[in-house]
Amino acid sequence: MQLLDPTAETEPVRRTRRAPPEKIAGLRVGLLDISKPRGNIFLDRIESRLAAEGVAVTRYRKPTFTRPAPAELAHKIASEVDLVIEGLAD
Amino acid sequence: MDAGRVTGVTDGFVLVAKRDCPTCVLVAPAVAEISRGSRPIAVYSQDDPAFPDGLPGVRDDRTLEASFRLKIETVPTLIRVEGGREVGRLVGWERNEWRAFTGLNALGEDLPEWRPGCGSKSVEPGVPDELELRYGDVSFQARTIEVAEGDDEVEAMYSRGWSDGLPLVPPTKLRVHRMLKGTTRDPKEVLGLLPPDLRPITVEKVAINAVMAGCAPEYLPVVLAAVEAALMEPFALHGVLATTMFCGPIAIVNGPIARRIGMNARGNALGQGNRANATIGRALQLCVRNVGGGRPQGVDRSTLGQPGKLGFCFAEDEEGSAWSSLAEDRGFTRDANTVTLFAGDSPHGIVDQQSRTPESLARSFALSLRSVNHWKLAQAADAILVVCPEHERTFKAAGWDKARLRAELDGLLKLPAAEIVRGAGGIAEGVPAAALAERDHVPKFRPGGLLIVRAGGGAGMFSAVIAGWAAAGSVGSSPVTCAIRD
Repeated sequence: MQLLDPTAETEPVRRTRRAPPEKIAGLRVGLLDISKPRGNIFLDRIESRLAAEGVAVTRYRKPTFTRPAPAELAHKIASEVDLVIEGLAD
Repeated sequence: MDAGRVTGVTDGFVLVAKRDCPTCVLVAPAVAEISRGSRPIAVYSQDDPAFPDGLPGVRDDRTLEASFRLKIETVPTLIRVEGGREVGRLVGWERNEWRAFTGLNALGEDLPEWRPGCGSKSVEPGVPDELELRYGDVSFQARTIEVAEGDDEVEAMYSRGWSDGLPLVPPTKLRVHRMLKGTTRDPKEVLGLLPPDLRPITVEKVAINAVMAGCAPEYLPVVLAAVEAALMEPFALHGVLATTMFCGPIAIVNGPIARRIGMNARGNALGQGNRANATIGRALQLCVRNVGGGRPQGVDRSTLGQPGKLGFCFAEDEEGSAWSSLAEDRGFTRDANTVTLFAGDSPHGIVDQQSRTPESLARSFALSLRSVNHWKLAQAADAILVVCPEHERTFKAAGWDKARLRAELDGLLKLPAAEIVRGAGGIAEGVPAAALAERDHVPKFRPGGLLIVRAGGGAGMFSAVIAGWAAAGSVGSSPVTCAIRD
């Protein structure tokens, strides 16, 4: 029997993940608040921990956690920092 | 296609017949007479290559390929070909016509003057679709998945992860071809990018998933509108799927199409047992799963979910309703066919068998509506109030239209700040004091956040509340309405 594929037919080829950096020092780091409650508290703590290590961060904020980041924000992050840390849950 | 190219006859006649047709049997001597004439005749037999008896060179058309290409609807059909082109055709038997057509003035002297033909085997129910697939120019964009002989196709679909848990109808080319006949839209048309993976969803992909869901072709326009509604930005399908809360897309159908495709708006409207209700919502969710890539415990992070996430679709009972329809409330005309999509939870019943005044009944409704999300939360979610006919009757008798009921509910659903502030009543949950901002009362719902729909069986004083996702409006999801296109 032949069936028509109901899926998006994404390539079966497995993509490998980018290896995490050896160390954060020297990299441009972004902190992304997705607008979930208390995400800012988590990110404040991360920022102070990184500051103690001498790493400066750039803060970003999504308008709402219910939608993907606007393309403009994604492009801005991609062009300004080397890695991003985000808080995903309440 | 030219009759000459199909049959190889450049000048002469083509006859298509079948033994099963009494008129074909009757005209066999006339056909033999034509074959003895000066112009050649190519005879195609649809069911028995030995028919007509004794005639040499009968062509076997049991595949019905020639009948399909010649667009035969009735047998016998006699076609005259000149210079490789069809110049005329006769169907059935009419002696004078056949004589004039063939130039044989004594043709069929012993036959009756007139007999109607029979249906061609190529137009028997279901057959044209198969012939179109086999010999027509039907093609699909989707790739083909082979299920090995001996494998159970239903199990194969489960193992590929296409199912929502229930069995699926195998999407064969024939079924998808038939499904696509339910719309005039181009199968290649891209409706948009479907979350969460933001993959292009075409009319054809919707049709494949609609087949699997169990839809009939006439439901396809409704499914397409539901997918288009889900793609509207204010609905925020990504968030509706990804939230840890309960909600799923709930589709409400308005307009004559609901009756035309046999949807249930009456007894058990929110329940099981009606094919259209059960499969339209399911088809939408299968699109989200298979094209969008949204799966439970994947991007669908729902803590508990709700059974309506298998598919939740019903029609408003507009006939006999004294009220404006949901579609009218949302700016469409009463005869428009629409799908309204709402991100909501399971229905919650309102049992009120005692109220006989609109005031009493509105208070009952308000009490139940207050429970949406949490008794101490406000402005977080929208809601649908599904009013049953016996409850609507009470409002109708008192001259209350929908707007009057809504205004009454708005007044009853101003929640006292002291009751709903966080910590009140010994319950930590509630509205933050800062959000109350010195107000004494807070409306339960945002303006326009309460939809009222009439549905249900004629007996029983049981309406229902369908709570929305506790992220209504621009922060999350708003109800959306999409016109259904043929």
